[in-house]
Amino acid sequence: MISYLIKRILQGGLVLFMVTFFTFTVMYFMPGDPARTMVGQARVTEAQLELIRNKWNLNDGFLERYWSWISNLATGDLGTSMMRPGQPIKDMIQSASWMTLQLTTLAMVISLLIAVPVGVLAATKRNSILDYISTFGSTLGVAIPNYWIGIMAIVFFSVNLGWLPPYGADSWRAYILPVLVLSIEEMAAVMRLMRGTTIEVLGQDYVKTAEAKGLHRNAILTRHVVRNALLPVITLIGYRMAFILSGTIVIETVFSWPGLGQLFFDAITNKDLQVVQAIVLLLTCIVVLMNIITDMMYAVIDPRVRVR
Amino acid sequence: MSEQAIVSSRLEHQTERLSQRQRTWRRFAKHKGALLGIFIVAFLILVALTAQWIAPYDPNKTNLRLRGASPTMAHPFGNDDIGRDILSRIMFGARVALLVGITSTTIAVSIGVMVGAMAGYFGGWVDFVLSRLIDTLMAFPILALLLTLSAVLGPSLRNVIIIVGVTFWASYARVIRAEVLSLRERDYVLAARASGASDKRVILQHIVPNAIGPVIILASLAVGGVIIFESALSFLGMGISRPTPSWGTMLSDGRDHIRNYPHIAIAPGLAIALTVLAFNLIGDGLRDALDPRERS
Repeated sequence: MISYLIKRILQGGLVLFMVTFFTFTVMYFMPGDPARTMVGQARVTEAQLELIRNKWNLNDGFLERYWSWISNLATGDLGTSMMRPGQPIKDMIQSASWMTLQLTTLAMVISLLIAVPVGVLAATKRNSILDYISTFGSTLGVAIPNYWIGIMAIVFFSVNLGWLPPYGADSWRAYILPVLVLSIEEMAAVMRLMRGTTIEVLGQDYVKTAEAKGLHRNAILTRHVVRNALLPVITLIGYRMAFILSGTIVIETVFSWPGLGQLFFDAITNKDLQVVQAIVLLLTCIVVLMNIITDMMYAVIDPRVRVR
Repeated sequence: MSEQAIVSSRLEHQTERLSQRQRTWRRFAKHKGALLGIFIVAFLILVALTAQWIAPYDPNKTNLRLRGASPTMAHPFGNDDIGRDILSRIMFGARVALLVGITSTTIAVSIGVMVGAMAGYFGGWVDFVLSRLIDTLMAFPILALLLTLSAVLGPSLRNVIIIVGVTFWASYARVIRAEVLSLRERDYVLAARASGASDKRVILQHIVPNAIGPVIILASLAVGGVIIFESALSFLGMGISRPTPSWGTMLSDGRDHIRNYPHIAIAPGLAIALTVLAFNLIGDGLRDALDPRERS
């Protein structure tokens, strides 16, 4: 178990190192002169531009710049934003991360709370109306782009009915639309998988044994079926993390949610290289960490995995 | 064995193969959802190919008197913020969606099959390096990667196809690798290697054809995802550049005029949903037909 954990952490570390190298290389080849992008429309002389380039080490070679970025990272220094001069990236990211964490966690919890029971019910009552509705719903849920649902929700609930704020994160009512919209795709994916795995588990011998010894139906469901059917769902959550974070980039832009996705998009459009690098690294860290955690949870819950 | 016996055993072999295919085909044809999906995709391809003849208006012709006009008989989906006919733009937008969806998936599948087959077949340090490459790619939230690459290469149709193609292959490579790992030790592969077949021949002739089933399923299910990501990229202004009609940029127009002309955003969203749904239905049908174990 411990050696498995260590192996996974080492692999994760290697992946993150490759992520830093890859991200840095891509950003290095971003077209245009970063110094000129920084000053925008302001009239500056070539000498002033040169001063900026020197200040940001833009004249250094590829490896030198990569090394200084990496060694600063190692000390926990993410640098300062080029576009919002003097503002430490750490501060910018900190508040945005909190907003995104709230959004993704709430969406994940809501989608699990709804999708798991519905998936189990649909599997136990196959070909019932509930089964058809949930299958149809999850098919639609993955097909409809969630940011479009977001736009439509703003048109309906904010513009037409005036019930909910169309953007921002000022009150609890502002959370409702972005969280629900973000949870739809996860709900669809989890529901579909939960239904499938439950059907599979229901056909297993140990379920038949439990039935034969006269165990109550609900006890069979909670003690045997759901526990085993949940295993693949746990893997799915880890795997979906990258998708949820992708989703937040669009959804946060639609709802002007002051989170990481919005910050990332602004940084990309403003060519704020340092901020883009920092956020990409943070997002991939989250994905890698989530994958390790789900692997570990899987090993804890299912002893068969540990043997491998 | 007499000559006749050989001929008859060959015949038997052929009919066996044929019936296997037929059985798969029958399973697929019985899948109502898959047939509906094929029907929709065929319809969309027809629309995309004939858009310049069947579209009622020029998709880029502005008409300032019809700015944000609501749907009428003459303009069933209404007009956008600068008076262009939305139905015509939807028809031309089908070109971009299908072109990116199908071409990018093909690129991604080709890279994925190549990388996955090499990792699984050669094992050792080749596998280690390629597997870490796959891990690295899968650690990126895909939209963050697409946006970054698009910012570097510049948004255009060609670049979108390339960017999506080179970022989506990791999951195929992973599936193929696992598949190849189990095929590598099969008797017929060992036999081929023992009789002196080159690595290239073993991979291309014996391993890839037998591992391709799961990839076809994955790929058909992925076209929809690719179309959604392309539309999101265009929606954020980093994909297909204006004025080329694409569903994502149309949605972005719709969002900008959400208060005054909310109808602009309706049609492109429905078009994306219908297209993705159709490809997903085909994918589900293929999975049920090709992989009976997965049938629900």
